Amino acid sequence: MTAAGAMEVNYDRVRKMTVSFFSHCFLAIVSVTCLFPLWWAFASSLKTQQTVFKDLSLFPKEPHWENYYFAWAKADFSLYFLNSLFYTVTVVVGVLLVASMAAYAFSRLEFPGKNVIFILLISTMMIPIPGSFIALYVLLNKLHLVDTRLGYILPQINGGLALGIFLLKTFFDDLPKELEDSARIDGCGRFRVYWHIALPLARPALAVLAIFNILAVWNEYLLAMLVLSKKSLMPLQRGLMVFQGAHITQYPLLMAGIVITILPVLAVYLMLQKHIIKGITAGAVKG
Amino acid sequence: MNFQKIRNFLGNYLFVAPAAALFFIFSLYPFFKVFQLSITNWDGISQEMTYVGLANFKDLLTDNPVFWLSMRNAFFVTFLALTAQNLLALFLALLCDRDIRGGNVYRVIFYLPPVLSGIVVGLIWNWIYDGSYGLLNHFLTFIGLGDLSRAWLSDAKTALISVSVIHMWKGFGWGFVILLAGLQSIPRDLYEAARVDGANSWVVFKNITAPLMIPVFILVSILTILGTMQIFDIIIATTGGGPGYHTEVPITRIVSTMIGASKFGYACAMGVVFGLILLAISMIQIRVSKMMRQV
Repeated sequence: MTAAGAMEVNYDRVRKMTVSFFSHCFLAIVSVTCLFPLWWAFASSLKTQQTVFKDLSLFPKEPHWENYYFAWAKADFSLYFLNSLFYTVTVVVGVLLVASMAAYAFSRLEFPGKNVIFILLISTMMIPIPGSFIALYVLLNKLHLVDTRLGYILPQINGGLALGIFLLKTFFDDLPKELEDSARIDGCGRFRVYWHIALPLARPALAVLAIFNILAVWNEYLLAMLVLSKKSLMPLQRGLMVFQGAHITQYPLLMAGIVITILPVLAVYLMLQKHIIKGITAGAVKG
Repeated sequence: MNFQKIRNFLGNYLFVAPAAALFFIFSLYPFFKVFQLSITNWDGISQEMTYVGLANFKDLLTDNPVFWLSMRNAFFVTFLALTAQNLLALFLALLCDRDIRGGNVYRVIFYLPPVLSGIVVGLIWNWIYDGSYGLLNHFLTFIGLGDLSRAWLSDAKTALISVSVIHMWKGFGWGFVILLAGLQSIPRDLYEAARVDGANSWVVFKNITAPLMIPVFILVSILTILGTMQIFDIIIATTGGGPGYHTEVPITRIVSTMIGASKFGYACAMGVVFGLILLAISMIQIRVSKMMRQV
């Protein structure tokens, strides 16, 4: 057996190693393709207006960090950044509160018309209605909410509800009821049971929901374009477009603005990537 | 007793009230309003609007070649996303499914573009494609293909395909993550059994992997189509629909009909037609998937 057997094992190992080698090569090339444009934007943000088109280095010898100061202080990116932060926090808190209350009711409480309301609320998840943003704009106009923070926040809270209610109801349905029952026997009202017992237990699901909404709100553009025309109200995505429209050639500052926009997303993503990926795949593979 | 029951229900309704209020105001009302406005000639400002019946739809169907061109452009990008982008995603997922070392690192990197905004991605790629200073032209010159260099996004011949490449760059990581999760849910012993029987990789893929993955394939396809047909941010950050109408897509048409031309009624009609087309596509896909599952 010996010689032939050994040869065969070797052949198999060599084959495996070759496949693995080429796999890694290909995966590495694709990885570089993903990362290169981002690094390029970062490197360019450290060059000057004079050097940026000639100096193609990926590690500028004299990094001009002051570009970030200019973008932040002089080109309004601090304003846009704080606006984005404000919108993200308010929308996410809004979605978590409103969706968890509704989801709790759908999972635990009894009232007539429960199923109809539930199906209606999550139906927006299934039906794409492009163009309803026109009517939304008309409505905001009527309510005098165009060019107000509220007009940008409320539709986005609504936008997060369908997924939120669906996700949280599924989560509440799987939770054991005993704790809540005993609290109610002790005389806790339903709101206190929801707030003090159910909500803390739902923390993992709330976290997943928060991540998705943070990314969605931070990256939103269409509604910001329709609703907000005052500079003082604009979030980053809108601010970037305004900046590039006004100073089309100021590449280093534009790139600095882009890096300022990306950094928080990058931080959230790298810290929470396991949850993010679990979140998308859980929904997808089950559904 | 009955009184108490009603009080109890009312209290329970309070939990749903905020969600229901937001939904009725910001989802349901606009949904029906679109249909109502679509049969008017409203300009978005004046107090009055005239009902014009189906005139908007008639005009849209018979006399608006730009809208249908925008639809064709969106279909073109969608076709590329469905084939090239998803095949790449599948191939990468198959590579990473072989218990490869560093698989998670690749996954983190590939899913990076999908978490960025279309605006940011578009603005970065603008520069890669730039005619005078663009990286792509530098690279082509460097490898001796300088003749091919051009202003990729403002050349009528290359604008649409260039935009498609950006879209696919941003999107493939998303398909990859879902397909990989699908692959990993296939029980390993099925593969081992096939190997013992002497099946090669292709046979294993064709007879085990692919059939089990059909539901995931369908999900990814539907979401790819719905997502790509409604492409907007990348277009607005790069070409704005130009040159000419070469990269116009339905959403850019709807927005410029609404804001640019102040034809709110007409824009709503466009929204309705586009919505119906998307709905039809999803229905066909679901129908096909049911048939395939029966086979």
